[in-house]
Amino acid sequence: MSRFAMIGRRLAQAIPSIIGIIVVTFLLTRALPGDPAVYFAGPAADEKSIAEIRAALGLDKSLFEQFWLYLGDLARGDLGVSISTGRPVLEELATRLPASLELTLVALIFAIGTALPLGILAATRPNSWVDHLCRVVVTAGVSLPVFFTGLFFVYTFYFLLDVVPSPLGRLDIFYIAPDHMTGFYLIDSLIVGDLDTFGASFAQIVLPAITMGVFVLAPLARMTRASMLQALGSDYIRTAQASGLSRSKVLFSYAFRNALLPILTTLGMVFSFMLGANVLVEKVFAWPGIGSYAVNALVVSDFAAVQGFVLSMAILFVLVNLAIDVLYTIVDPRVGIEG
Amino acid sequence: MAVAEHPDSAGESAAAAWWRHFRYVVSENPVTLFAFILFAMFVVMAVFGPWIVPYDPLASDTANALQPPTWAHWFGTDNLGRDVFSRVVVATRLDFLIAFSAVALSFVIGSVLGCLSGYYGGWTDRVVGRSIDTIMAFPLFVLAMGIVAALGNTVENIVYATAIINLPFYTRVARAEVNVRRNAGFVDAAKLAGNSDTRLLVFHLYPNILPPMMVQISLNLGWAILNAAGLSFIGLGVRPPAPEWGIMVAEGATFIVSGEWWLALFPGAALMLAVFCFNLLGDGLRDLIDPQRRT
Amino acid sequence: MKRRDFLKTTGLMAGASVLPMLKHLPASAAGRDDTIVVVLANGPNSMDIHRKGTNRPSYAIAVNLYDRLVSFGTKTLANGTSMYNYQDIVPELAESWELAADGMSMTFAIRKDATFHDGTPVTAEDVKWSFDRAVSVGGFPTVQMKAGALEKTEQFSVVDSHTFKIDFIKKSKLTLPDVGVPVPIIINSTAAKKEATADDPWATEYLHRNPLGGGAFKLERWDPGQQVVYSRFEDWKSGPLPGVERVIVREVPSASTRRALLEKGDADISLDLPAKDFRELADGGEVSVQGAPIENSMTALGLNMNFEPFQNKLVRKAVAHAIPYKEIFEAAAFERGVPMWGGESLTPKDISWPQPYPYDTDYDKAKDLLAEAGYKDGFEVPLSFNLGLADWAEPAALLVQEGLGKVGIKSTLDKIPGANWRTKALVEKSLPLHFKNFGGWLNYPDYYFFWVYQHGHLFNSMNYKNDEVEELVNNTLLLPIEDSAYEPNVKRMLEIAFDEVPLIPLYQPFLDVATQKNVTGYEYWFHRQLDARSLGKGTV
Repeated sequence: MSRFAMIGRRLAQAIPSIIGIIVVTFLLTRALPGDPAVYFAGPAADEKSIAEIRAALGLDKSLFEQFWLYLGDLARGDLGVSISTGRPVLEELATRLPASLELTLVALIFAIGTALPLGILAATRPNSWVDHLCRVVVTAGVSLPVFFTGLFFVYTFYFLLDVVPSPLGRLDIFYIAPDHMTGFYLIDSLIVGDLDTFGASFAQIVLPAITMGVFVLAPLARMTRASMLQALGSDYIRTAQASGLSRSKVLFSYAFRNALLPILTTLGMVFSFMLGANVLVEKVFAWPGIGSYAVNALVVSDFAAVQGFVLSMAILFVLVNLAIDVLYTIVDPRVGIEG
Repeated sequence: MAVAEHPDSAGESAAAAWWRHFRYVVSENPVTLFAFILFAMFVVMAVFGPWIVPYDPLASDTANALQPPTWAHWFGTDNLGRDVFSRVVVATRLDFLIAFSAVALSFVIGSVLGCLSGYYGGWTDRVVGRSIDTIMAFPLFVLAMGIVAALGNTVENIVYATAIINLPFYTRVARAEVNVRRNAGFVDAAKLAGNSDTRLLVFHLYPNILPPMMVQISLNLGWAILNAAGLSFIGLGVRPPAPEWGIMVAEGATFIVSGEWWLALFPGAALMLAVFCFNLLGDGLRDLIDPQRRT
Repeated sequence: MKRRDFLKTTGLMAGASVLPMLKHLPASAAGRDDTIVVVLANGPNSMDIHRKGTNRPSYAIAVNLYDRLVSFGTKTLANGTSMYNYQDIVPELAESWELAADGMSMTFAIRKDATFHDGTPVTAEDVKWSFDRAVSVGGFPTVQMKAGALEKTEQFSVVDSHTFKIDFIKKSKLTLPDVGVPVPIIINSTAAKKEATADDPWATEYLHRNPLGGGAFKLERWDPGQQVVYSRFEDWKSGPLPGVERVIVREVPSASTRRALLEKGDADISLDLPAKDFRELADGGEVSVQGAPIENSMTALGLNMNFEPFQNKLVRKAVAHAIPYKEIFEAAAFERGVPMWGGESLTPKDISWPQPYPYDTDYDKAKDLLAEAGYKDGFEVPLSFNLGLADWAEPAALLVQEGLGKVGIKSTLDKIPGANWRTKALVEKSLPLHFKNFGGWLNYPDYYFFWVYQHGHLFNSMNYKNDEVEELVNNTLLLPIEDSAYEPNVKRMLEIAFDEVPLIPLYQPFLDVATQKNVTGYEYWFHRQLDARSLGKGTV
């Protein structure tokens, strides 16, 4: 079966989940205690104007009718209009999603860059003090609430040591954001060759990315260690060592490649987790991402925004899992297309 | 009669063999011993907390607000003059309560659902599977936020929300393990002996799937506490004046910049130690029960 | 991509554990002296104050980017803070105005040299269109206009291209001040009409994102949720040109971060800090903290008449004696306010407003009153507050809870998120015991009573009804303060409020602002937003 067929099948399998999500989110937002009609009618509104607004927002119709209308809008790609900002939800997601994605990816790169070597190190010296130390370090990282780590970093590195610029968001005040191509400031500024802006964006993203990365070191390092240990204990490695191959070649060309699969699974899990955990980091660092958008929308019972947010996260989750599955087949040809 | 996975060595009772195994594991890994000791300490704090603390955790004393740690107040006082040390110790009870209830709930419901879907297959499997996929496709923290925002921020709702988002793991593991053993020899033997399906599930299959899940339980305990802390940071956590580590850290965080570090540091350290302890405990339990799955 | 190459790259990525470089890249220093950077918790969510659902920070747009016919002068307080002077109405767009002989209309002469940002001259047509819009769009703007008896489009007429007339439907001392509040902005109607459609005759879609004003500043950019930048309109004629060329208003949700930014000098002005931070910054002396008591405003506890125990006046008085006022003032307000307890007698001496109510912390008295009312064993009640105001509300609530506990009243804390607060507290009026912090824009005690003590009015979250108060307020609102009946009426209103105490004041809060020492010209305004027109940067 070709790869395309596999991708198609995976997407088809994801559809029931997406439908489930749409229904659950719809119900959940309607269960939220706030009344958007009151909020929208503004301060000093009386019963009559609230009732008018309610009718205008379509909130006086039955749940079924509202759901039906919502589905119709979705089919046309209309995610509705956010009550609090008055802008189309799709537009806001399009601006905020790249901010969160950029943060998550940089955090992931940091996490991979730190966790994998640590895991490999621990695997090559099992049960030694190095192994225990690695375990303690990564477990410590995952044991603190993310916002606590974030605030601590801000206090230490910005306030006390002054090595990072003010946590004002993606870019310092005096820089203009690079022209929108991918929405990722780091990439966009490189594309136009604006090293100044690249540096500024990088300086802003460092601290929040590390904060998030620290939290996911543990699963990555542990999984690396476990699968490396398993790979290192297998026969073909013994053969390779007996054949006199150098240590690094054994480690990287053979053991690591074979250990990659479970690490990839963990990566997928970690990535989805980070997308959700963005919320807290974004609040501390004033990052204009999708997490802070969701929290604000939730607190004011902004139905359209919450629904749009959850839907986009779910779709992202499906795509990420799909990408991992495709990566599997590239990495290990034995991983067949599942029947 | 449950089938044990470790045959007794000749002449030793099962308990003695277990104890020997325990001492071996702990000697291999001193960190595990440390984790067990820490856990015991926390349990003591949770159970006896209110009686062993020097001050009433709820009593305010605004004249002495925001005092740094001194001999009178080991961890200092907070913005209402309450003793931070007493609050941190008494908070153990609430945090452990939230963590254990949430995890117990998701473990019980999840494993039952997983067993049923793994054993019976068919529509049960499909329905449960799709529901679990739906939960997993939500950004978990946001789902917890949504549930608590919709239902109100009481301790019960925080427990329910945490239980729901942890459900998928147990369901999946239970399902996978039961699926694998469904056609094993011992199951056929039990069926032939006349056991009904329910008896089969409860007494034969379930005990065998416990080991991998025990480990995850301890990891989930830590995660449940962190989750509650995160909710407090957003304002959806437990109600004041209840002492709970998460809300103490969240509120204390705003005082860090003005130099009153003790409000956030001590509850943060306690929180970290507890989660840390659970995580290490998970490793220790894994080594104890099923060393082959070490990570 | 070949599998081998792919894996090589993965290997490279995994192996490279280079820690990112932590270099402090300096912000471009250009233009710093002519720019002011403001940080606040929430930014505007619309450029149009007339739009439904517009939040408070958006009023700053109305103030800085649009003109009104009139404005208010300045006065200085004893502590050195400058504030607007509600008794001194000064020209803005209107050069002068005249009350008709019969007192039933007013004519405004509009400046001949004023233009909008796009260069179009301002005419009376624009003024009429704008006033019509304000009373027609509904919601808060229309209600605010109504407070000054500006209700129908028929009241507004164009006499000639630079003369505008308002006919009164009733005489009210509030009309002229109401023309100076942020709401009646003067919009460039020629440009706006081009953007209007049949469905949207007031061009709300367009004006939501694009201000069409003639105010002292123009909009340079707006990134919703992040920042607004205004730049000085060099052809502004309605007042002295602003002292700064650019104002950058940055949204920073975390209060600690705002404080850190201020202390490090990366921000010039910070609004919305917790009271504690303001006090510490004031004591510290590195930055300048200016605080003015918010006029016509009190932080108070509201007791709902629909809750049975509170229907008995003795119970309400008992509660008023069971509150630890001083502790709340210290721990929640950090003394950034004016105490509103401990008044001398149930009869007010004068009509200064707000003034302390005659209640003090006295647990024994409270217990006696409760026993007298038949609630010897106390009762249970939820104590609600707005999550968005948790900075002061939570410590205050905890202290109230403790105080009430001492007399046998058990309360549980109920934190309600901001959006739901309005519904529960003000629309449904269903909260038995809650915090209130209404502040009226027009500084008259009868105005406060209108909103807070009159039955069915929005801010009367206590469901309080008193026929005498109804009559008094209705009569007094229309009276000018010089009228002989004014003072006795207000005294009587105060007397009733003191005795009935459905609302227990705690303190009058300050509006604090922290600025770098070289920032000059900050003024406190009733709308509590930053009026950037008077700001400047001097030498320290």
